[in-house]
Amino acid sequence: MVVSSAWDWSIGEKRVDTKSWTERFLQVQEYQVSADGESVAAIVALDDQAFNVCVNGALWDTPFDKIWRLRFTPDSRATALVSADGQWTLAVNGQTWPESFDYIWHPLVSENGQHIAAAIQQGGRYAMALDGEVWPNDFGTIAYSALSPSGDRTAGAVQVKVADSGQLEAFQEGTFSAAVDGTAWGSTFVNVWHLVFSPDGQHLAAEVRQSLYDYTIVVDGKPWPQQYTCVWAPSFDPVTGHVVAPVRKDGHWKMAQDGELLWQRPFAQLWQQRFSPDGSRLAAIAATAFGRWTVVVDGHPWPVTFAGMVSDLTFSPDGRHIAALAKEKDHWTVVVDGKPWQHRFERAWPPVFAPDGSGSVAVKVEMDGAFTFAVDDRIWPHAFERNWEPFFSPDGRRLLLPTMNQNGYCRKVVEKF
Amino acid sequence: MNERHKEPSEIMDDGVEAALSRLTPEKIQAVINSVLKGETGARFKAYMDTCIHCGLCSEACQFFLSRDRDPHYSPVGKVKQTVWPMVKNKGRVDTDFIRRAVRIAHTECNLCKRCVAFCPFGIDIAYLMTVVRRIIHKLGATPLYLQDTAHSHASTMNQMWVKEDEWIDTLQWQEDEARAEIPSLRIPLDKEGAEIMYSVIAPEPKFQAQLIYQAAAIMHVAGVDWTMPSDIGWDNSDMAMFTGDYEIMGRIKRTHFEAATRLRVKKIVMGECGHAFRSVYDTGNRWLGWAQPPVPIVHAIAFYYDLLKTGKLRIARKYSHPVTLHDPCNVVRGGGLHEKARYVVHQLCDNLIEMHPNREHNYCCGAGGGVINCGPPYKNARVAGNRVKAEQLFDAKSRGAHTLIAPCHNCHSGLHDIVHHHGIDLEIKFFSDIIYECMEKPDGSE
Repeated sequence: MVVSSAWDWSIGEKRVDTKSWTERFLQVQEYQVSADGESVAAIVALDDQAFNVCVNGALWDTPFDKIWRLRFTPDSRATALVSADGQWTLAVNGQTWPESFDYIWHPLVSENGQHIAAAIQQGGRYAMALDGEVWPNDFGTIAYSALSPSGDRTAGAVQVKVADSGQLEAFQEGTFSAAVDGTAWGSTFVNVWHLVFSPDGQHLAAEVRQSLYDYTIVVDGKPWPQQYTCVWAPSFDPVTGHVVAPVRKDGHWKMAQDGELLWQRPFAQLWQQRFSPDGSRLAAIAATAFGRWTVVVDGHPWPVTFAGMVSDLTFSPDGRHIAALAKEKDHWTVVVDGKPWQHRFERAWPPVFAPDGSGSVAVKVEMDGAFTFAVDDRIWPHAFERNWEPFFSPDGRRLLLPTMNQNGYCRKVVEKF
Repeated sequence: MNERHKEPSEIMDDGVEAALSRLTPEKIQAVINSVLKGETGARFKAYMDTCIHCGLCSEACQFFLSRDRDPHYSPVGKVKQTVWPMVKNKGRVDTDFIRRAVRIAHTECNLCKRCVAFCPFGIDIAYLMTVVRRIIHKLGATPLYLQDTAHSHASTMNQMWVKEDEWIDTLQWQEDEARAEIPSLRIPLDKEGAEIMYSVIAPEPKFQAQLIYQAAAIMHVAGVDWTMPSDIGWDNSDMAMFTGDYEIMGRIKRTHFEAATRLRVKKIVMGECGHAFRSVYDTGNRWLGWAQPPVPIVHAIAFYYDLLKTGKLRIARKYSHPVTLHDPCNVVRGGGLHEKARYVVHQLCDNLIEMHPNREHNYCCGAGGGVINCGPPYKNARVAGNRVKAEQLFDAKSRGAHTLIAPCHNCHSGLHDIVHHHGIDLEIKFFSDIIYECMEKPDGSE
């Protein structure tokens, strides 16, 4: 959870001269900006063999042979996956974990940014590492790695029985499970996908296939009693702990909860469900008919549908409003509570709600080949070579707008327009 | 001494035999009827009611033509041996029937859809064969090698059991290799907001990493704003589409499109693969409920066409050997890219020796539709089943062709088997091989 009240919300601009970086370094890779907008960073090549991370013009103390996946945590620390002498580890503000590995990938960060996990491979065996500490057990493979919201637990889909390529029967008897903090469930399945922790981190749910044809949801290793012809990723109700998931039967998708149908209405497709923060509302993206996409709230579809796609379903912090992106032909728009904006965009990024209950929505958008911002269907009258997602002040009256043009990086704070 | 070539009916597939040993007549009947009643509709009924058994489809099929016009290999003959008895007998067929249906639907039909164009009513016999494959999937009797590939798709979201770290490591390895030639080259991973996500099929990182190198060089020279995902979704291939496991097909395609959506790219450019194009452009997206691909799909042929047409790629010197061009079914009959392919050829080469028939009337390579993925047990039968392609290739060779361009992975492999078996002595290349060899490269390239 980002605590933005401590950020500098004074109206004005702060600039970082990134233009000079291209003269200082052999190569400057993609820029990344911290959540508070105070830092801009990039992986830079010092020469053919050495890379470093440049943050606001300052290099980390130590260069590396390779660096990738530079990102900021929610508490604005720069992290990257780094390699020296053929071994990989994770670096935070230039400080590496004590442990290094044959490979590391898929870093995950807790909601408060304090904990970081990643999948690791050492000697051909697989595990997770949390803040540098590796699971006590390793496995033949790992996928769908997950971190609990508070960052104290990790999980991954792991293969616990050997089935060599071509051993169909052994594979179909079930070789996959899920491991939590390195301990696998006692049960195995043909496949395990998309692991999801409960908000308190005490429970883990996943999609599984029990045979080539029978799918269900598993919670803490125990399958729902009902089987379906397909399922999609589950979600935990943040208040009750109930588990919901889209399930397919007889060619239609419905929403189920703990194995019982929750929404009776069938859909041509149904996925990416989200609970409101207080758990009182459940929304999902759905196709009401072939090729007609919309948002469904508590089983009731919005009155508008779109032929392209609908994505980035987002609840307002108070749960009263819902926004999503919708695509029609080659253009995107923003839809709030079932009402599409008038403006169309070449691209749009996830909607950001104001935290003040006003229902205001800000979005990073691309128009005419340049990037800008849109708030409540109004367009900021300046365009940029690139920008990052906007952020509302805690009172919802101001906006933090990270931008970049030929003169460099600029952190703007403006009154909501 | 060479082992005697087995007749197709003599081929034993361990996966199929194990499945058949578990089947009962009741199980077979229940599965057939559940698929026919629960998963087919007006389209299936229209085809069943419309066919007048004229046999005009026969001339379309390379198996029929290559097997001395044996009617068992005609498209309608395949329907007669599979779908019609299932319907007529209300699913009461035995395991010998299923064994034969597996062989016909999985190894004697490439789902190439050439016969659709020959049928006076436009009956899509490939669709009817996919119904048979769906039944076979539900019976658990898919050929072993193909089923193993479907297992890989389901477990790793790629075709070749490539683990997550192996994928990223391979990209970084190829970037290192390419930087030795073009020092500023990158393979940008997870570049959110790039114009293009480039996707490949798993044999590239597994066996043909140089194709990723070449693609990166082409992207770099053309100044393309591109990225590749480090996470699952990078593989656009889809053998589950051919096993009839549509639930896994949909899962693979959803993963692919969500990778592109997560990266906020404007379009997906895919490498030179035919069946993957069919899966992302037609079949997989539609099973998920998208009438069109939610992110525009650009096949490599169309991408190269655009780069050459707009001058983003310039050819330093033309390819010196005469070439012939194979038209992959899925991107030509299925995607209409035949003239763009010829534009690309003419930009790269002075001498194109056409095979006949060509363009949308081409003969299938014999490997597509998952047939080559049924593996070694069927290889000799597959090659023998495409003698007409060998004759086409030999004719092109006899008219001077030195190089065969095959802009599809399965075509590439299938044609290699034919060329090797018949000693035709054609060098087989992808477009990217020739573009990489002939394009202008920046000063300082080593």
